[in-house]
Amino acid sequence: MKKLMMKGNEAIAESAIRAGCRLYFAYPITPQSEIAEYMARRLPEVGGVFLQTESEIATVNMVYGAACTGKRAMTSTSSPGFSLMQEGISYIAGAELPCVFVDVVRGGPGLGNIQPSQGDYFQAVKGGGHGDYRLIVLAPSTLQEAVDLTQLAFDLADRYRNPVLILADGMIGQMMEPVELLKMRDLSTLPDHSDWALRGARNREPHRIAAFNIDPVGLERMNKRLQEKYRLIEASEQRWEEYKVDGAEYLMVGYGTMGRILKSVVDSLREEGIPVGLFRPVTLWPFPKKRLKELAEKVKLIFVVEMSSGQMVEDVQISVEGKVPVHFYGRMGGFVPTPEEILSAFKEVRKWK
Amino acid sequence: MEVIFKRPKALSDREFTYCPGCHHGIIHRLIAEVIDELDIQEKTIMVAPVGCSVFAYEFFEVDGTVAPHGRALAVATGIKRALPDRIVFTYQGDGDLAAIGIAETIHAANRGEKLTTIFVNNAVYGMTGGQMAPTTLLGQKTTTTPYGRTAANDGYPLHVSEALSTIGGVAYLERTTVSTTKDILNTKKAIKKAFLAQIKGLGFGMVEVLSTCPTNWGMSPVEAQNWLLENMVKEFPPKVFVDKVGD
Ligand SMILES: Cc1ncc(C[n+]2csc(CCOP(=O)(O)OP(=O)(O)O)c2C)c(N)n1
Ligand code: SF4
Repeated sequence: MKKLMMKGNEAIAESAIRAGCRLYFAYPITPQSEIAEYMARRLPEVGGVFLQTESEIATVNMVYGAACTGKRAMTSTSSPGFSLMQEGISYIAGAELPCVFVDVVRGGPGLGNIQPSQGDYFQAVKGGGHGDYRLIVLAPSTLQEAVDLTQLAFDLADRYRNPVLILADGMIGQMMEPVELLKMRDLSTLPDHSDWALRGARNREPHRIAAFNIDPVGLERMNKRLQEKYRLIEASEQRWEEYKVDGAEYLMVGYGTMGRILKSVVDSLREEGIPVGLFRPVTLWPFPKKRLKELAEKVKLIFVVEMSSGQMVEDVQISVEGKVPVHFYGRMGGFVPTPEEILSAFKEVRKWK
Repeated sequence: MEVIFKRPKALSDREFTYCPGCHHGIIHRLIAEVIDELDIQEKTIMVAPVGCSVFAYEFFEVDGTVAPHGRALAVATGIKRALPDRIVFTYQGDGDLAAIGIAETIHAANRGEKLTTIFVNNAVYGMTGGQMAPTTLLGQKTTTTPYGRTAANDGYPLHVSEALSTIGGVAYLERTTVSTTKDILNTKKAIKKAFLAQIKGLGFGMVEVLSTCPTNWGMSPVEAQNWLLENMVKEFPPKVFVDKVGD
C-alpha cells in the first residue's frame, strides 16, 4: 500500500476508523483536537457516530454506554481531560468493557501548557481512578507505530474486554510523517460479543453489566477474577523495542517520543565508540519487566530519560531489582530534551562510574 | 379462573430493597406495566443510577447497567447512539439527576436524545442517609441542614422540570405524584407518553415523580404521604410542561 503524508492526530483517527471504530465521543482540548475534527468529517462518511460532548465526564460515560453494546468505541483527550475521565475509566475497567482511549499528553500539573510532555505516566499506568484495576497502555514513538498500535488497541480491548489507552504526546499528535494505513476492516469480521452485550433481551435472559457488588465476598471474587486477567495480560502482552543492545555496557531507556530521540543519542555515542544500547517500552502496562531485567544483568548503568520529573523510572527500578544503578534525566514544562543535552547529561553520569 | 392482576413481565421476581412506604416500588411497577403494554421488553435497555435505586437494573427483566453517580444520561446516550432502534431509559433520583448530573441532564435534553428518564424527586439523598438535595424545601431539616435549609446558605429548591421546559430537544415533560390511585394512573399515562416520545423519535421525554422517603424524612409512610401532599406539591406543582406526543 502507498504511503500518505499525515499529521499524527489524523493518522490515529483514520486508523481507528479502519479498525472498525464507528462511535467517537469527545470534548475539545489541545493538542489533540484534530482527532475530533477529523472524526467529525470522516465518521458520517462511513455510517458512524460523532458526538461533541459537554465535558470529559460526559464523554467517558458515553464511551461506557457505547461499549456496553459491544461495538467499537473510543475517545481522545489530553491531560486535564484524561484526569476528568478517571472515575468513568474505573467503572469501565470494573465492568470489563472493551474500548479505546487516546491521551495526547501536554505539560502539567494543572492547566500546565500545550507542549509535549510525559507527565501523565502515573495516571495512565498506575490507575488514576479508584480501585484495583489496570489499563493496557501503548506508547507509540513514530506515526507509523501510532497507526499500528491504534489497530492493536482495539484488538486487545476486545480480546481481554479491557480498556486500552494509547499514550502519546503533543509531538506525536502534531508532527507529520509518511504512514502506511491498514485496509478498512470488514465490520462483520469483528468480535460479536453477543454473549454479554446490552442489545435487548430477545429470546434470552437479560444481560446485566455493573462494576459493583455490595457483598464483600462477591466483590473480592470479582477483583480476583480481574487480577487473574491482568496476570494473563502481563504474561502475554509485554512489548518493547531494543536497539543496539548487543555488547552494550550502558542502556538508555525511554518511551514514546523520548525513545525515538534516544535512538539518535545512542547512534552518536556509538560513533564515539561508547557501547550504548536502547530499550524502549512499547507497552507501559504491562511494563516489559522481564526483558529489562535480563538486559540489566549485562550492563553497568541504566540511564532513563523522560519528559517529566521521573515517573516511568520507578518501573525501571522495580524491573532491575537493584542489580545496576539507574540514573535519571528529565525535563518538565513541555521541553523535549535535545540529543545534545542528553549526551552531556549522560557523559556527566558516566564520569563517576 | 381469569387472572386480573399479576406481576408485569418486565418486572423481575427479585424482592425490592426499598423501605416500607417508599415510592420507588410503585414507580418501578408502573414502568414495567408500560413496557409490557408497549410490548418493548425485548428491545429495552435500562440505565440505573447511584442512589437507592442502584439495583433498579436487577428489578427489571430487561438488559441493563449501572452508571456512575449522575452520569446515567451520558451512558444512555452512548447506548442509544450505538443502537438507535432500541428503547433506552434512565431512572434517577434528585441527587443523581439534579445535583452531580445536572449538566448531563440539560445536555441530553438539549440534544433531544431519544431517551426516557424517570426522575424520582424525594427532596433528599436517600442512600447516603438523608442529606440535603437540590430539591430540599426551604426550612426542611436534613442531616446536612440540621437547622432547616436556608436560601442564604444553601440556595433555593431547584426546579428541574421548569428549567428543562425551556429546552428545544424536550418532547415530553410532566411532573406527577403517586399518592392517590388517580395520581398513580396519571403517572402511568405520563410514563407511557415519555416512552412514546422516544418510540416516535420526537426527542427527550421525562417524568418527574414526587416521591416519599419516610426513612430519611423520619416519618411513618402515612405521615410521609401527607407531608408530600401538603408541602412538596406547593413547591413543585404537578403539571404537563411539554407535550409534543399528543393523544
Ligand atoms: C461520585 C460520587 N459522589 C458521591 C457518591 C455518594 N452518593 C451515593 S447515592 C448519593 C445520593 C443519592 O440521592 P438521590 O439521587 O436523591 O437518590 P435516592 O437515594 O434518594 O433515591 C450520593 C451522594 C457516589 N456514589 N459517587
Ligand atoms: S432511604 Fe428513602 S428513598 Fe431510599 S429506599 Fe428508603 S425510603 Fe426509599
